[in-house]
Amino acid sequence: MKKFGRSLKYVYLGVMLLFLYLPIIYLIVFSFNDFAVGSGRRISYSNLGKWNGCTLANYGTVFSGDAGSSLLLTLEIAFASSIIATIIGTAAAIGINSMRKRPRNIVVNVSQLPMVNPDLVTGITFMMLFAFVNGVLGKLGKFQIGDFAKLLIAHISFSIPYVIFSVLPRLKQSSDLLYEAALDLGCSPIQALWKAVIPDIMPGISSGFIMALTMSLDDFVVSYFVADRIQPLSVFIYSNTAHGSKGVNPALATIIFIPLVAMLLIVNLRRLAKEREYEIQNKKVKMKK
Amino acid sequence: MKRKYFAFPYIVWMVLFIVVPMVFIFYYAFNVDGTWTFRKCWETLSDGQKWRVLLLSVEIAFGTTAICLLLGYPIAYILSNMKKSVAGFISVLFFVPMWMNFVLRTYAWRAILEYALPSILGSKTTLTGTAGAVLMVLVYDFLPFMVMPLYNTLSKLDKSLLEASRDLGADGVKTFFRVVLPLSVPGIVSGITMVFVPAITAFTVPALIGNGNYNLYGNEIEQAFKVLAGKGDYSIGSTLSIILLICVLISTAIMNHFDNDKEGGSIL
Repeated sequence: MKKFGRSLKYVYLGVMLLFLYLPIIYLIVFSFNDFAVGSGRRISYSNLGKWNGCTLANYGTVFSGDAGSSLLLTLEIAFASSIIATIIGTAAAIGINSMRKRPRNIVVNVSQLPMVNPDLVTGITFMMLFAFVNGVLGKLGKFQIGDFAKLLIAHISFSIPYVIFSVLPRLKQSSDLLYEAALDLGCSPIQALWKAVIPDIMPGISSGFIMALTMSLDDFVVSYFVADRIQPLSVFIYSNTAHGSKGVNPALATIIFIPLVAMLLIVNLRRLAKEREYEIQNKKVKMKK
Repeated sequence: MKRKYFAFPYIVWMVLFIVVPMVFIFYYAFNVDGTWTFRKCWETLSDGQKWRVLLLSVEIAFGTTAICLLLGYPIAYILSNMKKSVAGFISVLFFVPMWMNFVLRTYAWRAILEYALPSILGSKTTLTGTAGAVLMVLVYDFLPFMVMPLYNTLSKLDKSLLEASRDLGADGVKTFFRVVLPLSVPGIVSGITMVFVPAITAFTVPALIGNGNYNLYGNEIEQAFKVLAGKGDYSIGSTLSIILLICVLISTAIMNHFDNDKEGGSIL
């Protein structure tokens, strides 16, 4: 009976995992489908249900057209915005941590707004802001804020709070004496921060960076409202799949999925190996005793 | 130089790009062509169709949250009872799809519901454009967001409490309902907030899966902005957004209250 219960658990987890991976597997399978139709061998991705035979052709064309430039744009925005957000956010967290209680509470509460706000509201507020500013600039006959700058500003803005809230707890754990000690030992304030405080809060900074990167790579809604002319990957996919249009090359799914899984596997196997090593060392220490 | 000045660039940024954009919603909702008026706002509010859509969205969001909780709780519970190394690995498997572009995954569901499933079932009609399909894909999208906080809470649960409960004569079922479930309330609460609000505002799933038959509140706002914004008319969208913000505020307030209550209770 107990054995039956245990296998039932695994079956449940398996079914749920299948549910979560089904669309991904589906796209990967169909990335090997032959989509050339008609006598002209025109490529049409709109019918993702009809199997026409195996081919690798989709992988040859996966970056052609707008897909390649969209993917590049997504990566550029993601890395640029999360690096800037990490710098501003870390500095902000250090500042917030040494503020007095009342101003600190105000800043912390306002910073939580973008995390509580639905993406949709963030997106439309940026859309209105940029339309307004560009309107004013247009009347003055000045330059306009371009799509790249708009995307960058929006992505930095919704990422900063995630950096702040992963650095702040670290700062609270780290003692203020560290900074004082560095000053006493002859560091300038900047050196003290750079050489003593920053290394101490590094885990918080790096997890904030990863969060910012994830948020930016994953974003669809904000980019959809902010950008007019250029399309990050998610907007490209949406505009090619909604309203019965031409569809998207399913090979794109494999191209995104394989590096992602590889990266996560490496990170996790490393962690597992480290844990194993730690366990073995613990045992050795115990045996010596 | 004092350390608190390091926050200065961020505070400027925060005012410019967090506070000012929020002001625009209120500005455009109550200001038409430079004059302050409730007229436009009232016109939007008296449109019964908008309220019906809001009601439908809240219903679907409730359904999504409930199903996610029912499906996600057992996942988190099973994972939390596994050996740590195995559970760590399997839980990663549950969170990997979150990193994959969700528009792409939703698109794949459309293909499955439109072609693959009907041909397997041998039916002529497609499955897209039904409320069930929209609900299922919403559950699909938000399930990891429910599992994650639940797993975090359940895996930190002190196992000696379960032993204590068993020693005091409670059987497995009783231990679950009297010990595990009450202690996992913070996880449940944050899971619900992570699913409910995004589910109300989801507009991609109804657009891709619902074929436009099941437009939710997010679609109303999206259309108000994407269609009317060209004419510079933001008032309808802004008014709808204010209603949405009020809903979000109410639901977070309820959740916070509930969370605090239970935490206080568990100390007693």
